[in-house]
Amino acid sequence: MSSQGSVIISLRGLAKSFGAVRAVDGVDLDIYQGEFLTLLGPSGSGKTTVLRMIAGFEAPDAGTIQLNGADITHLPAYERDVNTVFQDYALFPHMDVISNIEYGLRVKGIGKNERREQAMVALQQVRLEGYESRKPNQLSGGQRQRVALARALVNRPAVLLLDEPLGALDLKLREQMQIELKELQRQVGITFIFVTHDQEEALTMSDRVAVFDRGKIQQLDKPSAIYERPANSFVAGFVGISNLISGEAGQKLLGKPGTWLVRPEKIEIDAQVPGGRSTTGVIREVEYLGPATRFLVDLEGGISLMALRQNTSESANTVASMRNSTVKVSWSIDSEFHVEN
Amino acid sequence: MNLSRTARIVLWGFMGFGLSFIYVPLMLVVINSFNKNKSFNWPPTGFTTMWWTKAASNSGVKDAILLSVLTASLATIIALILGSLAAAAIARYNFFGRDVISLMFVLPIALPGIVTGIALNNVFTNFFGGLTFFTIIIGHATFCVVVVFNNVAARYRRMGATFEEASMDLGANRLTTFRLVTFPMIRNALVAGALLSFGLSFDEIIVTTFTAGAGQTTLPIWIFQNLFRPNQAPIVNVVAAALIVVSIIPIYLSQRLTQERK
Repeated sequence: MSSQGSVIISLRGLAKSFGAVRAVDGVDLDIYQGEFLTLLGPSGSGKTTVLRMIAGFEAPDAGTIQLNGADITHLPAYERDVNTVFQDYALFPHMDVISNIEYGLRVKGIGKNERREQAMVALQQVRLEGYESRKPNQLSGGQRQRVALARALVNRPAVLLLDEPLGALDLKLREQMQIELKELQRQVGITFIFVTHDQEEALTMSDRVAVFDRGKIQQLDKPSAIYERPANSFVAGFVGISNLISGEAGQKLLGKPGTWLVRPEKIEIDAQVPGGRSTTGVIREVEYLGPATRFLVDLEGGISLMALRQNTSESANTVASMRNSTVKVSWSIDSEFHVEN
Repeated sequence: MNLSRTARIVLWGFMGFGLSFIYVPLMLVVINSFNKNKSFNWPPTGFTTMWWTKAASNSGVKDAILLSVLTASLATIIALILGSLAAAAIARYNFFGRDVISLMFVLPIALPGIVTGIALNNVFTNFFGGLTFFTIIIGHATFCVVVVFNNVAARYRRMGATFEEASMDLGANRLTTFRLVTFPMIRNALVAGALLSFGLSFDEIIVTTFTAGAGQTTLPIWIFQNLFRPNQAPIVNVVAAALIVVSIIPIYLSQRLTQERK
């Protein structure tokens, strides 16, 4: 889904301090109807605080939050048309699955039969039919996750907030849930605001990513743009693996001043990119990753580069024997991006 | 864990020794309540239910039990209200002096009963026109509140704020959130606190001595007064035996409540 729709959430000058720490330091952000927006950043970068302010759990020190054009900055959580999927799910332990899902409808005064019907539909949506009378502690992590999703979505909120919802799952399940979550979002057409510190998750799932550091948005763009054209050295360092070339040695190598980024997969080992940079280096480390091999190459002047090569023909033995050999290192000049510090 | 045969025998021995220290005297009380011999010489000379009959018709005992039950109930109700409100405030709201107030709440339990007793006695006699039935309740409430507070505060801490946030996120206001989420989750802590509070109040003697009005004889005070009167000693024994049996009920209940949580 593109970000062409109307603005559903609008943050202006949002700020929040905890004691002396400025957790959120002036955030402006427009979120569009139906998009999957990820707030990405390391812990303590302010992304979760922004989410909690949208939900109404934290009051901002300054700034405004608009939902569908109405100012909701000072509304209590229970009067906001947004719902949250919590990091630890926060399913009510004394209620069974269906009562958990019904909860939002129940407190809004919807009749017993109708809310049961809607809750059952939501339960089917997350493929948990037959689990309605289980207690949360009788479910696996992935199942709890789905109940939490159903409990939020059954209310048909204008916006769904997800606070690192996949963090507690193991890798395999996490990857599966990423796909399911994305599918679900397309199905229901609700705006998702997703908080994570996992850059891979952010890149695969989102329509747009807002990268946070020290309470500020460092870059807001499509995943491809965040990866290919990081706005500054923080984004370059946080999203993906980056080779940053700078300093005197860098200037000598590239013939231009400043900090330049080259992604590992753009660097050819033992080959020449036509018309590209050409230098030599010593392979210090070889990591066999299965589908690809990662090389750590030392160039002259103390520059180390990470290079990634697809294992199209080589076997593990061949690549391992390349350690300590001197090789040609090459990349296209087009793949060098200037990065602000 | 694998223990050698000797270690096992020694450990069982220690356990038996420890348990017998607790339970043999209690059994003695129960046996003696059926002892025909009035001076309780060992071994008992014969079986009788005479003391139980006498105790049942003793109005002093009945009044004392009634007063103690009433005192413990009222003190517990006060403790439930004040203790859980204080626990909720300290667990959920950040305000100036929170840690100090939290400490001040718990402190009275560490204070020797005699100090609490004297302090309250001074206040009641000097400013509130003397000691009555209600002054006992206030005296007992000072330590009952702590017990409820501790139980409920611990439960609040352990359950965290997310469940309440989730409830409000789903559209429930504070009152509904308390009714549907918070209260069911702290209910066991309230019951445990209430049982403990009732028990503490029921056998309290020191604070009671300093806060009881004239003629207000709670059961512990009655026992204390009659223990050394040769005529009443058998009845005291019966009361003690009855209390042992009755006190098993709340202990059993609280054990079951805490086990259900797991």
